[in-house]
Amino acid sequence: MTPVQQDRRAVLGFLLAIVGLHGALTLSGQWHDWAWPAIAVSFIVLVLICERIGRHVPLRARKIYERTLALGFPALVLAVWEMAGAMELISPVWFPPPSAIGRALWDVTVTYDRFSETSLLGRPWLIPQEFRAGGLAGVGVLLSESHVLATIGRVFAGFLLGAIPGILLGVVMGINQTVRLMLDTTLAAIYVLPKIAIFPVVMLMFADPFGEGPKIVVVALAVFVLMTINTMTGVRTIEPVYLMAGRNYGAGPLQMLRHVILPGALPVIFAGLRIALGTAMIVIISVEFLRAKQGVGFMTYYYWEVLIPEKMYAGLVVVMILGVTLTGLLHWLQRRLMPWKR
Amino acid sequence: MASNPAPKISARNVTKVYETASGHMTAVDDFTLDVAEGEFLAIVGPSGCGKSTFLRMLAGLEDVSSGQLTIRPGTDPKTPLNSVVFQEYAIFPWKTVIQNVAFGLQMRGVSERERLDVAQGWLDRVGLAKFADHYPHQISGGMKQRVSIVRALANDPEVLLMDEPLGALDAQTRVVLQEELLRIWEETRKTVVYITHSLEEAVLLGDRVVLMSAQPGRILEVYDIDIPRPRSIETMNLPAFALYRGAIWDRLSAEVTRAMEMQQ
Repeated sequence: MTPVQQDRRAVLGFLLAIVGLHGALTLSGQWHDWAWPAIAVSFIVLVLICERIGRHVPLRARKIYERTLALGFPALVLAVWEMAGAMELISPVWFPPPSAIGRALWDVTVTYDRFSETSLLGRPWLIPQEFRAGGLAGVGVLLSESHVLATIGRVFAGFLLGAIPGILLGVVMGINQTVRLMLDTTLAAIYVLPKIAIFPVVMLMFADPFGEGPKIVVVALAVFVLMTINTMTGVRTIEPVYLMAGRNYGAGPLQMLRHVILPGALPVIFAGLRIALGTAMIVIISVEFLRAKQGVGFMTYYYWEVLIPEKMYAGLVVVMILGVTLTGLLHWLQRRLMPWKR
Repeated sequence: MASNPAPKISARNVTKVYETASGHMTAVDDFTLDVAEGEFLAIVGPSGCGKSTFLRMLAGLEDVSSGQLTIRPGTDPKTPLNSVVFQEYAIFPWKTVIQNVAFGLQMRGVSERERLDVAQGWLDRVGLAKFADHYPHQISGGMKQRVSIVRALANDPEVLLMDEPLGALDAQTRVVLQEELLRIWEETRKTVVYITHSLEEAVLLGDRVVLMSAQPGRILEVYDIDIPRPRSIETMNLPAFALYRGAIWDRLSAEVTRAMEMQQ
């Protein structure tokens, strides 16, 4: 028997085993009691099947095979989740089925919540109408009701306000030993402080503690500390020979910064930005849980308070989409600014 | 060469002492030497003999503890005094090949057009024209070191300082680059100080070979290499080459043994 035939038989055997297992349980009326172990075993056997198939995928179909696994498996999990909900294996209060979450997502997208005077995206389909009625100001009012835009606005503002000064201070601390020695301990201490813990203090400092100011500042602070530490590390880990080459070839202080230090530190700076983005998301969602009348975090928490679980999940999905989009943006920026990395 | 009254490089009792936790460490001790204009000087010695320290002092990248070390400026005050070719290449990964070669000129404020022209000319001469817009990670180690060498040459310094430039390369690439160095040097006749741990390389390339001792780094002996130019890899088969190599090796091997014993 050739290896292909062997594996074909094995796959067939595995398939029969899965069908047999579930069939036997169903026939004996015990499927509901043993559903979870049976599903777990099925997943393990599925891995074995895919392994056998994977051995014989020709090189040119390799990409498709890998895509199928990477996208097909999550799709399968969603399908099992949906089925488990329908068969009452899991409580829809804790794990509403994906279809319900999808409907809820659609629902929060198209409806305007009169109580909180918000909507998910700011009802963009009304933009032409509002523009005719009230011009750009009218569109502004419309978009200002959006949860997503509120959260994105806070993250962007906080990110810029934290990252730019953080990178600048990080460069100074990387170059200058005196400044580094003076600030390093303090920064290390602030670094371990959960940034959300600063929020009450920041609220205290603002005339309007519940306004946008404290929310943006607490994100900025979190990003600032991270970016300072990362940039400093980036500058300090530049190969000394590049600094020597820069000096030897006549670079002045500003030229050193522009041609050697910043590009040399850029990989670590970008690693820092990715971590900072994650932290910024954590901070902004927590802040919106605590004190906000708007924002994706607020929306998620709001649906906890009124107990609509599928809309809570819809909130989580929106947060995920936001995170993925912002990370993608950062990747794009990195490719633009660092063309020398593959 | 030695008849030139005004040396290009003049070292007078140059000493370098490092402060370490366990006291002073003399890296270079009482180093006195002149290098004539257009001379190729090779410095060999066991590792840790302070030859790289001497080069870095010459490049102005480290201070001299005592003594005098000067490079005589040329007629054009804008010409840089020295450019270093580093062992680790030290070409910037974030710049393309041609941007790297044009770097020194850019730092001196030469217009983009002109500096790219000069850089392209040098890339042509070492067969890297095709790779002008590649990034360093896309080319081989031998190519990287070629880029590093023409970056120094494009800068057109008074003195070229080379710190074990071929030390990190494999044996075959090394031979190819030795030939290339010979060819380029015989065309340009720059004043060169060339640090190497390879005796053959020193004898092959150098007009004079300085042999250094380890810890403290002192001049043991200076050899005039009287082998006619143009030289090539074939030069290594000449009886004269073998004689120089043998003579220097006798001194060097004793020194290497001593250095190894000191490290234990």
